[in-house]
Amino acid sequence: MAGVTLDTVRKVYAGNVEAVKGVSLGIEDGSFCVLVGPSGCGKSTLLRMIAGLETISGGEVKISDRVVNEIEPAERDIAMVFQNYALYPHMSVYDNMAYGLKNRKTPKAEIEKRVNEAARILAIEPYLTRKPRQLSGGQRQRVAMGRAIVRKPQVFLFDEPLSNLDAKLRVQMRVEIKRLQRALGVTSIYVTHDQVEAMTLSDKLVVMSGGQIEQVGTPSEVYRRPETRFVATFIGSPPMNILPGRVEGPGLVSVGGQMIKVTDMREGLTPGSAIEVGLRPEDVQAGTTGTSTLTLDVDFVEELGATQLFHGKVAGAEFVVQASTGQLPSDTRDLTLSIDADNVHLFDPQTTKRLGVA
Amino acid sequence: MEKRALFSNKLLPYLLIFPQLAITLIFFYWPASQAVWQSFLLEDAFGLSSEFVGFENYRLLFQQPEYYRAMVTTAVFSSAVAILSLSCALLLASQADKNLKAGHAIKTLLIWPYAVAPAIAGVLWIFMFHPTLGTLARPIKGAGVDWNPMLNANHAMLLLILSATWKQISYNFLFFLAGLQAIPKSVIEAAAIDGSGPIRRFWTIIFPLLSPTTFFLIVVNIVYVFFDTFGIIDAVTGGGPAGRTTTLVYKVYADGRLGGDLGGSAAQSVILMIIVIALTAVQFRFVERKVQY
Repeated sequence: MAGVTLDTVRKVYAGNVEAVKGVSLGIEDGSFCVLVGPSGCGKSTLLRMIAGLETISGGEVKISDRVVNEIEPAERDIAMVFQNYALYPHMSVYDNMAYGLKNRKTPKAEIEKRVNEAARILAIEPYLTRKPRQLSGGQRQRVAMGRAIVRKPQVFLFDEPLSNLDAKLRVQMRVEIKRLQRALGVTSIYVTHDQVEAMTLSDKLVVMSGGQIEQVGTPSEVYRRPETRFVATFIGSPPMNILPGRVEGPGLVSVGGQMIKVTDMREGLTPGSAIEVGLRPEDVQAGTTGTSTLTLDVDFVEELGATQLFHGKVAGAEFVVQASTGQLPSDTRDLTLSIDADNVHLFDPQTTKRLGVA
Repeated sequence: MEKRALFSNKLLPYLLIFPQLAITLIFFYWPASQAVWQSFLLEDAFGLSSEFVGFENYRLLFQQPEYYRAMVTTAVFSSAVAILSLSCALLLASQADKNLKAGHAIKTLLIWPYAVAPAIAGVLWIFMFHPTLGTLARPIKGAGVDWNPMLNANHAMLLLILSATWKQISYNFLFFLAGLQAIPKSVIEAAAIDGSGPIRRFWTIIFPLLSPTTFFLIVVNIVYVFFDTFGIIDAVTGGGPAGRTTTLVYKVYADGRLGGDLGGSAAQSVILMIIVIALTAVQFRFVERKVQY
């Protein structure tokens, strides 16, 4: 087992396109690290550099204290699960899993033992003699994981492994991946653009944008205390509402003339200066029980079964409120919203950084 | 799943396949059946009359030692050209598949020989390797080899194999390159991570995945060597020296056109047709079964 350390890793493509701009990150031994971000943010490139499938333009990648910049993928003691599974179409499921072991001259009996064990764990024993094309998407995904685990590598790399599956299967496989990683205790790095996958799987969540890390933390840290407006609106569904506001004084801002108390607010902000006020749709209630109130001009309501989404405008800006079904009448036109001072996030309109207590 | 088009008009589907059927009938079945009929006829020396002789032409044919020699020549020639042109093309294609800077120019240049007519290709090669005029024959002679494709049958055969191979590489190269590019990159990457070096990767992953292309090319190449090399043979050796580079198809021409034995020539082309049909059938039945996925 081993940790992975990245030290100002950069990737520059021909034509001076900088895909990864100096990323430093420490991933502890045995932890599950998820890199999440929109497409083109450099997360897959970063993963491929760790795998050795892309050359590293600058900085260092270490796997268990060994610098691997110049080491071939095969020698890095990693296994990778690809988005399109990348199974060998002409080999049976058994041979697909055994291929890596055969290349490493593992004794035949040992190969058989390991493949059968992996097949048992992943419940693909009945399909060992089949070809990949005879399997469903979920089964192929399992074979791809089986191919990774038989090798007993130090690090698992996952490159959006669930994006080719339908929604229901994705949820099921997500749980299985998590369970498997827990059971094996192998350091894992997982790339996805799906923030739900990122939140549910990770021990360590890394949010990336534009080739840089926006924030690193546990899922709840990132959710509760987003460091930038990008993270605030990327993590959480529906995304956080951002309202234009004004600084009124210590612990006090205003939106469209309505005062809002804030717990987590940096000291020394100039009163009267512009500020962005972030509120999660699920942190806002109807009523007047909280420390401040806002008025929502409701446009329409989306029914999600257990919850309802009220879409409308607050002080001219788009705003969404999530409430349990039945909590609010669906035909409401104007809603008085109650806000708790602990749930207000403030961001600098220029730098987009959080303006919380330092 | 089978795709079926549904036509409400009963006549339309027949009309749509009519042009293809007409071409096949006029340019294949008609001449082929004429050849079959001709093979049972014997013409008099002046070509004024012909009489039905049954299998006499075939019987005479199989008494000719030259005919058996042409069969051996064809077998040697076709297998050499097929193996050489396929392996050279595969080597070139796998190199061109790498991200080379001049890749595009190289690919274009490699395709050009295919645009050269067989007879012209033959003339090019004979000019290069002519024992007295050839630009490349001189250094060969300088190296102490008594190079003379005009007199030495082995030299003549070698020259033919080289020129026919040279012309066919382009075609094979194109198909191999397309086949290589159709292999998902991630499969190769997965194999690299699985600890397979470039050579092992080629033989265990790339080559099996290319097998549908390879199979198709084997069939096409065999047919090419059997029929389309006529122009090259005619230009380079004319079947000589002493008939030693006469292949089956060249013998059809030599006996029928030059020798005036229309019946015997027709019998040969019927046999040739049967051989090619049989070869293709065998290839489809046995080789295709081993073709992966």
